[in-house]
Amino acid sequence: MESQEGKKEELVPIFIMGKRYEVPASLTIQKAMEYAGYQLIRGCGCRGGICGACGTVYRFPGSYKIEVGLACQTVVQPNMYLAQIPFFPATKSVYDIEKVKPSIETIVKYYPEVLRCLQCNTCTKSCPMDIEVMDYIAAAMRGDIARLAELSFDCVMCGLCTARCPAEICQYNVAILGRRLYGKYILPKAEHLAEMVEQVQKGKYEQMLRELMDTDEETLRKLYNEREIEPDQADEFWEPQDKTYL
Amino acid sequence: MPYTAELKQLIRKVEATRPARIERKRRGEEFPLLSLKEREERLRKYHPDYMEGARKEIRVGVNKGYAVYPEIVNLLEARSRVNPDRVNLNKIDYVTDILILGGGGAGTAAAITAQEKGVKVLLATKLRHGDANTMMAEGGIQAATKGTKDSPYYHYLDVMGGGHFKNDPELVYTLVTEAPKVLAWLESLGCMFTKFPDGRLKSLHGGGTCRKRMHYAADITGAEIMRTLRDEAKNRAEDIKVLEFCPAVELLLNEYGHCAGALLYNLETEEYLLVKAKAVIMATGGSGRLHYQGYLTTNHYGATGDGLVIAYRAGVRLCFLHTYQFHPTGAVFPEQAEGLLITEKFRGAGAHVLNIDGEQFVNEREPRDVESACFIRECTELGKGVPTGTGKVGVWLDSPMIEILMGEGAIKREFPGKYILFKRYGIDISKEPMLVYPTLHYQNGGLEFNSRCETSIPGLFAAGEVTGGVHGENRLMGNSLLDVCVFGRIAGESAALYTKEKFTDGKLTLDHVRKYHKELEEAGIVTDRVAPMLLPDYTNPKVRERQLTTHYLGTIR
Repeated sequence: MESQEGKKEELVPIFIMGKRYEVPASLTIQKAMEYAGYQLIRGCGCRGGICGACGTVYRFPGSYKIEVGLACQTVVQPNMYLAQIPFFPATKSVYDIEKVKPSIETIVKYYPEVLRCLQCNTCTKSCPMDIEVMDYIAAAMRGDIARLAELSFDCVMCGLCTARCPAEICQYNVAILGRRLYGKYILPKAEHLAEMVEQVQKGKYEQMLRELMDTDEETLRKLYNEREIEPDQADEFWEPQDKTYL
Repeated sequence: MPYTAELKQLIRKVEATRPARIERKRRGEEFPLLSLKEREERLRKYHPDYMEGARKEIRVGVNKGYAVYPEIVNLLEARSRVNPDRVNLNKIDYVTDILILGGGGAGTAAAITAQEKGVKVLLATKLRHGDANTMMAEGGIQAATKGTKDSPYYHYLDVMGGGHFKNDPELVYTLVTEAPKVLAWLESLGCMFTKFPDGRLKSLHGGGTCRKRMHYAADITGAEIMRTLRDEAKNRAEDIKVLEFCPAVELLLNEYGHCAGALLYNLETEEYLLVKAKAVIMATGGSGRLHYQGYLTTNHYGATGDGLVIAYRAGVRLCFLHTYQFHPTGAVFPEQAEGLLITEKFRGAGAHVLNIDGEQFVNEREPRDVESACFIRECTELGKGVPTGTGKVGVWLDSPMIEILMGEGAIKREFPGKYILFKRYGIDISKEPMLVYPTLHYQNGGLEFNSRCETSIPGLFAAGEVTGGVHGENRLMGNSLLDVCVFGRIAGESAALYTKEKFTDGKLTLDHVRKYHKELEEAGIVTDRVAPMLLPDYTNPKVRERQLTTHYLGTIR
């Protein structure tokens, strides 16, 4: 279980919103808060570092530096004092993905505040995923949608950048606009996919599938066992011997 | 925390066998796959589904006598969180055409297609919109898209074989024929799939596939799909309203026995809210956070099987819930990462699985249940597991092989999420292997439904992990993201059509809850258990002892 079993372990002091608790040194911030007695409702989602629910800021005594992390991924350190920022107000522009163009005009139309960027780099320093946030905002300002999309790809949309931006930009929503523009308009379309959709709609596979559905289990097992398997190291253009069911 | 000196010593054995293994891989020599008969033997002997005490009969409701995991039975044999007599059914807080329960992939896909049919949607979700297992799915999404080597015919065969040929053929037919359309839909929404420069989708093998048809967006395919769908739903905010932190605790029926809404619980203000709807879509997902048999899980915080419980109370049958999917490769080291999903894509890309001697003992691409059973066998009966030093045992997943097979930088490029994560712990997975062990991953079964996403209750539709039948007794990798998109979309369309053609307005009732309570009493089940669980219980028991004036209803304070 993911609970805290009574292990004999070194305890370290941490300060949750300024209040001192002693917690096992090996725990993540998230588990340490539960150990301290919190029942999490906000600030806890996938518990695996991808959903962005548990953005956390912390400092150490005597240090000017604000540190950031995802509570579910960051191990506690002695004397850290921390607060979760599970929600931060953000702008999200409404647009029709079918009608927008992958250009600087789109960015400026929906998020004009990107032009207010001061290039202070606080966003980058606030990113728990080590994304070059300021660089992707700079790409957005240049209308370089591809760069914006690629640089922001690992974004978990936790909102820590937005919480700290002096220009009041909502970086992560600019980023997803950029990625969707890139995915839809700049990356070339998969022609083989369009071809397959057409064949499915024409009913090409209808009869062979209906026959399979009516097949008894024994025959199905035989067909399954005998199906030709694409070799692991085969290249993209491998073709099977038997093309009857293609 | 980086590997200990002991583990580093053991990694030398992996490194010692690696050059020869790479050579074999390059020659196309694979560790032999098990025959269907051998697979069944391994499963029966080593898979947790078959262990003593793994199943218990349900004593009440439409599936009385059906044996499933005891943790689920406990929730089914529990009382409602509310006394139906205290709910004022005349005081309605929200009225909508379609109420969707669950804000993951299936619920969000359903919201989008329903909106396209011109109806108003209210989407209620327990945590935030998008906090769901969909977000966490890493490896990819299956679809036969390359007509020169693959077709829905082969996808169908693979799905059936993976599910032990028990799947519902009509549901599988729908899954595999809708698959290419779903991929095209996602592409048109702007999902950034990993492609060749000419736009051709890159694709890999998954366990149990005969063709490389796993499409992906680096190693965060689910997150890429989820954040795109969520963004799209938000672009339609006029018609798609979202209520976060408001899980459903009961369905509402009407006097004709049709589903007519739900009772929600606002986790923050602790109010109950009544939603009246013309149709309801159940998309509440899975239940890994019930920690069957004490296993760790890859699931998100809210995966507590709520939808199963409330739909069962209303009379929907359960199926295929006697099997649960254990993902072969959950992290067991470092301790902070325990239970964390290590995507199957590592094995799809060629990483071997090795025991303490650095030797292969199973082909790395068996279906998940078989692969898991083989890991458990190696670590228990054969005693060749790797002790983590923190009381756990695991096997090696040789990720550095990928760096050699696919070229330097491949790990960082293809698995950026996992690379960064392990780097934080002081482990470079492009140079050092990972320690893994099976972990609770996917609810193979669930609510009975058909290929139009209808359940036995008119007005109640279902989609995604909460349902059963698509994957039979075992799901293959890459078919869950596909499932939520295919059936989520159908559920949205079917429900929208229902509101226009079949909906009949009637008086709201919670009589099914009263009836269920009575049935519990008649079965002699006297309990203070309540369900749905809503959130797992991770509070410190020592703190609980000191909470002298605190009242818990189930797990919720």
